[in-house]
Amino acid sequence: MFVAWRDLRSARGRFVLIGSVVALITLLVGFLAGLTGGLATQDVSAVLGLPGDRLVLQQPVDGKPSFSESSIDTSTAAAWRDTAGVDEVTPVGIAQGRATGARSSSAVAVAVFGVPHGAPRSVTTDLAPATDDTVGLSSGAAADLHVGVGDRVTITGTTYRVATVGGDAWYSHTPVVALSPDAWAQADRRLGGDGTATVLAVSGTPDWAAAAARTHTAAASPLMSLPALQTFTSEVGSLGLMIVMLFGVSALVVGAFFTVWTMQRSADIAVLKALGASDASLVRDALGQALVVLVVGIGVGIGLVSVLGALAGGALPFLLSPLTTVLPAIVMVVLGLAGAAVALRTVTRADPLTALGSNR
Amino acid sequence: MIRLDDVTLTYPDGDSRTTAVDHVSLSAPDGVVTGITGPSGSGKSSLLAVAATLIRPDSGHVWIDDVDAAALTRNEATALRRTEIGIVFQQSNLVPALTAREQLLVMAELGGDGHRRRAAVRRRADELLDAVGLAQHARKRPAQLSGGQRQRVAIARALVNEPSVLLVDEPTSALDQERGAAIMALIAQLTHEQCTATLLVTHDLGHRGTLDGLVTLVDGGITDVAHPPAALLEATGAH
Repeated sequence: MFVAWRDLRSARGRFVLIGSVVALITLLVGFLAGLTGGLATQDVSAVLGLPGDRLVLQQPVDGKPSFSESSIDTSTAAAWRDTAGVDEVTPVGIAQGRATGARSSSAVAVAVFGVPHGAPRSVTTDLAPATDDTVGLSSGAAADLHVGVGDRVTITGTTYRVATVGGDAWYSHTPVVALSPDAWAQADRRLGGDGTATVLAVSGTPDWAAAAARTHTAAASPLMSLPALQTFTSEVGSLGLMIVMLFGVSALVVGAFFTVWTMQRSADIAVLKALGASDASLVRDALGQALVVLVVGIGVGIGLVSVLGALAGGALPFLLSPLTTVLPAIVMVVLGLAGAAVALRTVTRADPLTALGSNR
Repeated sequence: MIRLDDVTLTYPDGDSRTTAVDHVSLSAPDGVVTGITGPSGSGKSSLLAVAATLIRPDSGHVWIDDVDAAALTRNEATALRRTEIGIVFQQSNLVPALTAREQLLVMAELGGDGHRRRAAVRRRADELLDAVGLAQHARKRPAQLSGGQRQRVAIARALVNEPSVLLVDEPTSALDQERGAAIMALIAQLTHEQCTATLLVTHDLGHRGTLDGLVTLVDGGITDVAHPPAALLEATGAH
């Protein structure tokens, strides 16, 4: 790193420029990752918050399982309950509806979950009310409806008393409200459904594939169940593609910069080789230099993302977490180094013989 | 001491090969400046490249102390250049980003094991910069130095690792007569002080007074040896 550090000092302007470009790309990637995470959280946090090792959805004859079309009747739930190795089965109903708070006349879109009281604890099941005339609200629903514990809320024409306000749970960009299974079945019928559960949250160690095949269902971990939510697939797919493209742009820009930079230095590299520099020390120097530029540029970018994300968090669905900051940063460092590695060909192929008689 | 023993070097030239160095034997003793001169294309630079282990000869041996440099692998030759051979190029070939002092300090880092020798190299760098009269310019970069000063830094750089062999390629070609003479005198002085075996390629015989011996090459072969040290005379078989 002896020459690398001094190059950084000597050609400060050039390195500040490429560092700024890296920081800007990091800002874009980080902001997009934060938005993607925020949107995804508002789409699926209630699903990820369900208890159980696997979520069981109805398997259609044609096509893939879908939360919006899944219907699990009581016999299917019973079949899973009777399956060897199954410890716990929690049927959960999911419907989309509208709710009105007692202090407001305007209706708010909500995700209505039917969750049995006493189900294994999770962010979503903790909202479950004990009685049919009460409702549990997620914090987002309580905020949107401007209500608290003890207030009245009308959901699809029926009024419930707010029994609890719990954690942040979202489904398909709407805040979750939880009813008892019977109250939910009635609400679902008012909304045009058949009142059967949508999904089973199953715990245990059964033969998942065999049980799913026997019951015409599909069992997958909560995370792997997310593609069954159409909005999640389309949103995360398109935003994810943009992030991947930005990763590619980042690697390309860093690679192009260091290739040109190394080519400009090829005469110096030939001289250093003639003086006895090993390829390994020159490669370490070049990669170390790239690493410094990347770490500083990406660090600045992530810092900006953190500040802007914290500011934007109130107005936009923005997730500020290691998943949306540290992970993209690591990916960018790795891809940037891969881009810079392209320039190493110039380093290893520089011919020390050219230093003799060279005219610089 | 460096000894070239029946060295031949050819280059591909279309379907045939051109002989650049033709069965040359010579020996440059320690503490002596041996000049190599000859017309353009006579093989001076090729001979220097072979001596510097930058190119492997077709046949013959290049003995640097007890090591046959012609038989080394590329990595071994690189390591040998680092420790045993100092090179002064036609142009100073200094790294633009480094100060005069750093041009010398970088020599401790070339093998990736600089931490072991850093303190010793720092001391030697300061001594050498003082010896070449540039102690007060140690913090200047090449762009802030004159041509003669740059060449002085290059000479100090070549000597910082205490090589047994110093190879110098046309050191005065970019300098005026006065500065060229000063550089030649400095090389001679340092060769005697540091007791290096110095091979110096030059086409400018105006400075021959500073050389202890002079070998003339024509068409890749030795044609004349003037003012030869005994070892040089013995190795070439010239009279």
